[in-house]
Amino acid sequence: MKKVLSDVLVLGAGAAGLAAASKARELGAPNVVLLDEKEEPGGVLPQCIHPGFGLHYLKEDLTGPEFAIRLFERTRSLGVKVFNSTYAMELLAHKGRRVARAVTPEGITEFHSKTVIFATGAREKNSFEIGIVGHRPAGVYTAGEAQTMMDLHGAMPGQEAVIIGSGDVGLIMARRLALQGADVKAVVEMLPYSGGLARNVQQCLFDFGIPLYLSHKATKILGKRRVKAVEIVKVGDRLEEKPGTEFEMRCDTIIVSAGLTPRVELLEKAGARMDPATRSVAVNELLETSIPRVFAAGNALTINDLVDYAAMQGEAAAKSAAGLTQSRRLSSDRWRPVVKGRNTRLVVPQYVSGRREVSFYGRVMQPEEDVYLKVPEIEVEFRQLRVKPAEMLTFTITSKEFRKLKEGKITVTIEPKQ
Amino acid sequence: MPRTERVAIIGAGVTGACIARVLSMYRNLEVHLIEKEVDVGWGSSKANTGIIHAGYDDDPERFPVRARLCSKGNALWRKAWTKELDIPADWPGDLVVATDESQIGALETLFERGKRNSVPHLGIVRDREELEELEPNITTNAVAALHAPSAGQLRHPAEAVIGVAENAIINGVRLRLATEAIGIEVTRGQVSGVKTSRGRIQADWVINAGGLYAEAISKMVGVDHFRIHPRRGEYLLFSKDAYPKTERILFPTPTETSKGVVVTTTMEGNLMLGPNAQDLSREESEATDTTQAGLDSIWNEAQKVVKALPPRDKIIRAFAGLRAEPEPSADFIVRAYDDVDGFINAAGIRSPGLTSAPAIAGEIVAIMKDRGAKLVRKRRWNPYRRRRKAFRESSHKIRDRMCKQNQLHAKIACQCELVTEAEIVEAIRRGATTLDGIKFRTQAMMGDCQGSFCQFRIAQILARELNIPVWNVTKTGSGSEIGIGDITVLVERKGEKEA
Repeated sequence: MKKVLSDVLVLGAGAAGLAAASKARELGAPNVVLLDEKEEPGGVLPQCIHPGFGLHYLKEDLTGPEFAIRLFERTRSLGVKVFNSTYAMELLAHKGRRVARAVTPEGITEFHSKTVIFATGAREKNSFEIGIVGHRPAGVYTAGEAQTMMDLHGAMPGQEAVIIGSGDVGLIMARRLALQGADVKAVVEMLPYSGGLARNVQQCLFDFGIPLYLSHKATKILGKRRVKAVEIVKVGDRLEEKPGTEFEMRCDTIIVSAGLTPRVELLEKAGARMDPATRSVAVNELLETSIPRVFAAGNALTINDLVDYAAMQGEAAAKSAAGLTQSRRLSSDRWRPVVKGRNTRLVVPQYVSGRREVSFYGRVMQPEEDVYLKVPEIEVEFRQLRVKPAEMLTFTITSKEFRKLKEGKITVTIEPKQ
Repeated sequence: MPRTERVAIIGAGVTGACIARVLSMYRNLEVHLIEKEVDVGWGSSKANTGIIHAGYDDDPERFPVRARLCSKGNALWRKAWTKELDIPADWPGDLVVATDESQIGALETLFERGKRNSVPHLGIVRDREELEELEPNITTNAVAALHAPSAGQLRHPAEAVIGVAENAIINGVRLRLATEAIGIEVTRGQVSGVKTSRGRIQADWVINAGGLYAEAISKMVGVDHFRIHPRRGEYLLFSKDAYPKTERILFPTPTETSKGVVVTTTMEGNLMLGPNAQDLSREESEATDTTQAGLDSIWNEAQKVVKALPPRDKIIRAFAGLRAEPEPSADFIVRAYDDVDGFINAAGIRSPGLTSAPAIAGEIVAIMKDRGAKLVRKRRWNPYRRRRKAFRESSHKIRDRMCKQNQLHAKIACQCELVTEAEIVEAIRRGATTLDGIKFRTQAMMGDCQGSFCQFRIAQILARELNIPVWNVTKTGSGSEIGIGDITVLVERKGEKEA
């Protein structure tokens, strides 16, 4: 078996992975290796042919493929060794070893590295995971799958579509299908508000006259061989189905856009500590997992709203990894847990030292208006005009602010205005 | 040498395929296996637990055929067929769990019945420690359990049918797919042929292994002494990452209609729950849809035999299958008829049909001999069929070699299950023409993502190998195409209309 050695090994050449690999080189890591399962780098970016990428990270409005090319050109010019068509099957992380076993075009290769950055992205929840019953015919796709079909391979999935879930990819696919002449009958959302960004609801649905059914749930797929219809029912405040409100909507295509799950099975199998809230690994402010010298970034770490955040997390992980390869000992910190307070669904990182500046990412459980995001232990608060589960909260706590921190945990909580 | 006789078997489910394999042993039989679907094993055979039952369930007084054939079938699968045909199977044994002193009587009945049905090594376990040792996840309410070490499970029942059919074909059976039987010719009280959607097949013997459609097929020759209705069973399958699992196959104490909801861990490591038993009308022979109420009931029933189930959000698939339930008697109908010479029913093959199928095939031979067939064994009948060793089942060293021998092994088609492009191509070479056909031959698309990552990639391989546009690739044959055309198809259609 072939062996490849590196200082920083990055798994996944999406936005987070490309940014991480480049940053690691820029910070002086001599030998950076990037593995990616696809033939071309970019992760899901090449299939995202709509604009809206890079506003924060590159201060430009780009399409997915353009954004990917920018990132990749930087990676290439910095001398990162890229292995395309390479699928990592296994991560060995016992004792000092950090080894990824992967299938490459040359056979099985062992990638040995001082540090590893997981930027393996996420996968979409499928129709079974959202509990929809009925038949299992052709014509049921996840949003990303339909996007791959249409925009990478030029195949039209169907002509009458219903989108289940109003996440961003679903909204974008509603518009995409409409642009190609399909009749998009509805976007069906269980919650009383959309799961996507406000700009996407306007630009992808309302501008195209596509109805959004809020507080409605798709319950059943009809059609033995190909989708014939979907059964929909109204739901109440506690998401309970309202009897007697069921109706059938005819369609030949169902697009499921019901959220993403980080792909960190290899880390989980290697024994990394998990956070049920993010369905991913728990990390400290260095984005380091409970396995020392193994980091996570991008959608593998937590599901991001914007590709820019994923890229920034990639850079943050690279900073930590590159720092380690230059043998600055960082792991001697004592890690304090970050506790979730009122209306707080998730916070990343899950551990902090209180010794340096930390960028946090968080999500709320319920939409609220005019509230404060508070960290009471250090008397920090940020006013928020509006918080929604669909919109990620980002905030930074400086090392100066952390100075007030005494022993124990910190809490992130959403509090109403007094 | 007696004259060559033609046999038409209607239905390539597990029953038909097993009959075909056994009849392929005889040199003076020309065997045609007729199937309306584009692949084998897609009816009742496809969606069930895959369990090879020990054989203690069936009351020899009330269901003598089932009682006789089940334990015999178990022994055939266990000792011969799975080995000869390289069909993945394991034999963890099962436990019928009593959670109440009042159920112990029922266990004793099963124990006695099992003895009469020649089930080996049966025992009733009452000791808590021993129960825990047999099954660490057994419910704390368990007071006793019937233990049958001979029970096992196939990795996937459809995969088993493929194995049996491949061997039958090696031995000269002609498989006619996408061919629906629409009539049976009878000349002077003797069958003479089968009319199909693709022409006539001459036959001296017609064997009805039509599963859910066996009643309709039997009526084609005027044999009308039974009814078949679908009994739906629904199932829940968990991710391989979902714990706790089980060590053995767990049944509740059975009721009159059903063996109850099974909790078992598949060979692949997925915890599986099911089935329930819903009797449907005879018109609902396509009703393999799942229901919320049904899945909820399975979830609730399954809790009764285990300490704990994994979280419900670790479920990766729900599915349903239909058993062909005969009436008035719930026994298998394996017999010939004096007034229609050459016609044999293998009908009403409900549970334990999968287990019994190899024994049913033996029964058919006995019936044919009894009715005067002079059967001559082939001198060179090949009992074996080999699978290629799967990439996923190989060591890294072997995987490395496989990649070097065939570049297509270095292309992972299905990531969850680690299936390579070379294996997809091999499945197509061996007869898969659909996505489901690939699935049952390779395990691709059976993992956590249920194909959302790889289905289209696999469709592209199918399109390339079958030389068709990718949107014409089907899930289960005509009418299940994955797309409708090129990306511009609807825009162009609109343009044409306007012009």
